[in-house]
Amino acid sequence: MTPAIEARSLVKVFGATRAVDGLDLHVPRGSVYGLLGPNGAGKTTTIRMLATLLNLDGGSARVLGHDVVREAAAVRSRVSLTGQFASIDEDLTGRENLVLVARLLGLGWRGARERTDELLAAFDLSEAAGRRVRTFSGGMKRRMDIAASLVVTPELLFLDEPTTGLDPRSRSQVWDIVRAIAAQGATVLLTTQYLDEADRLADRLAVIDHGRVIAEGRSRELKRSVGGSTLHIRIQDPEERPRAEAVLRRVLGPEVQNGADEDHLSAIVPDDARVAAALSELAGAGVRLAEFSMGQPTLDEVFFALTGRPAEDQSRTPDGEAEEEK
Amino acid sequence: MESESLKGVLATTTRPPAPSRLSASLTMGWRAMLKIKHVPFQLFDVTVFPLMMTLLFTFLFGGALAGSTREYVQFLIPGILVQAILLITVYTGIGINTDIKKGLFDRFRSLPIWQPAPLVGALLGDVARYSIAGLMVVGLGFFLGFRPGAGVGGVLLALVLVLILAFALSWVWMVVGMMVENPESVMTSSFLVLFPLTFVSNIFVDPATMPAWLQSVVAVNPVTHLTSASRGFMHGGLQWVDVGLVLLASALITAVFAPLALRMYRRER
Repeated sequence: MTPAIEARSLVKVFGATRAVDGLDLHVPRGSVYGLLGPNGAGKTTTIRMLATLLNLDGGSARVLGHDVVREAAAVRSRVSLTGQFASIDEDLTGRENLVLVARLLGLGWRGARERTDELLAAFDLSEAAGRRVRTFSGGMKRRMDIAASLVVTPELLFLDEPTTGLDPRSRSQVWDIVRAIAAQGATVLLTTQYLDEADRLADRLAVIDHGRVIAEGRSRELKRSVGGSTLHIRIQDPEERPRAEAVLRRVLGPEVQNGADEDHLSAIVPDDARVAAALSELAGAGVRLAEFSMGQPTLDEVFFALTGRPAEDQSRTPDGEAEEEK
Repeated sequence: MESESLKGVLATTTRPPAPSRLSASLTMGWRAMLKIKHVPFQLFDVTVFPLMMTLLFTFLFGGALAGSTREYVQFLIPGILVQAILLITVYTGIGINTDIKKGLFDRFRSLPIWQPAPLVGALLGDVARYSIAGLMVVGLGFFLGFRPGAGVGGVLLALVLVLILAFALSWVWMVVGMMVENPESVMTSSFLVLFPLTFVSNIFVDPATMPAWLQSVVAVNPVTHLTSASRGFMHGGLQWVDVGLVLLASALITAVFAPLALRMYRRER
């Protein structure tokens, strides 16, 4: 069977910026695939090219076996896109929005209304359905938006940062929805800035940096390439931070970062068994701890491990940054 | 979240055939009607200005300009109808600009529909919007003593001709709506065109007393011919050449801006 997505050397240039710069992607059918990267890394541009909304400036892509340029209509009739910002009409009610999309997908009036009621019930939106979307909460808008993408169950669903800006409860609702979609056998391509989200949802993921894939694989493999989990410590006396850093480097290896707070340090742990040793060495060196915790590596840490630099916002050019500081 | 009903909803996989061009456009038109229903303000804030002008001009200058306010209303209403509807065309551009910003066009463009349907549907909704605005103007006029000599039929014919030029101008604002940053810019840039276009005409006064150079500007303004035709339809004494010139201007504007709007719509952003 042809893969859900097969992209080779995708390029997209906006003015002087190469937003996507030779990106390769292979997404098998029936999987949840995550595109992970900081702001401005090229995730949204990639999705918009694959969903036929942007032309390619280079390379080629086939979605569900159809070329995104030459067979755009065939692609459009098999995929759904839920963009980064709720693409629903805020002046209309929730119900009207779904009926609108259903009609545009070719359902009759009655079929559109029935399908709308099913979706509203499934997405826990029945009560609010008669209200204008303008009055909905962020989580409700996002659920509306995803519901609109599922009026006809697509073979491939693009979800662009589906949980950005949502509260934890809405976030876990969206996760449930993504899992349910995947359980039905549809392919999902989602972008995210959060490693834990990619980890929870995606079977495989690609880390994007400056418009290229810099790492690809199962999230377990990826984390192993980072070195596994991360030890976070807070020390009682910030003056002891250089000493703590030295101890951590000696016991755990070179990947030690000073946090933004002056009492915080984090270190990637190559082997969980070494954590106990690290803590006792710290005590032996006279570093007093305020707290410590073990965590999954964050996107920052993955980035640091893969590129040797932090995952800064790539959407601003150096000039732009200078502008904003003025 | 009802996970069982969620699964049930997702299990339905039959995809209906894509809607016809007409059906997709009518659905988009239905959307425009819903917007009028939910946000009636969009009708009033632009229409209120011509209505205010009607009252101002009628009572302040009517007597001086035409001998009596009642006389002036007969002269003014066919012209104010033109101004009211032409001003409201701006909302076509504002609507499109908002849709792009909100990401709605992304959804429409990712659907397997006839691609121009959102634009055509918006225009269909505009017919309703323009007609309502027109009826408001004529209604107020009637209240002030406006009595068209040619009756309802004449008023309707005038309305149809105004709608034709309004349609043509809508394409212009669509292009503007796709070009500029935000809805406010659509408003500003279009009013820079529409205010001179509607004021430097024969809507408010007979151009006979204007300086010669201004008269020649007024004479080539399509709004002048539209207003003359509107008066002709409503009161009699129609010059067909005015109708012909309005149709010609509408055809020219549409021929330039409709293909441009469609091309810009297809273009990525």
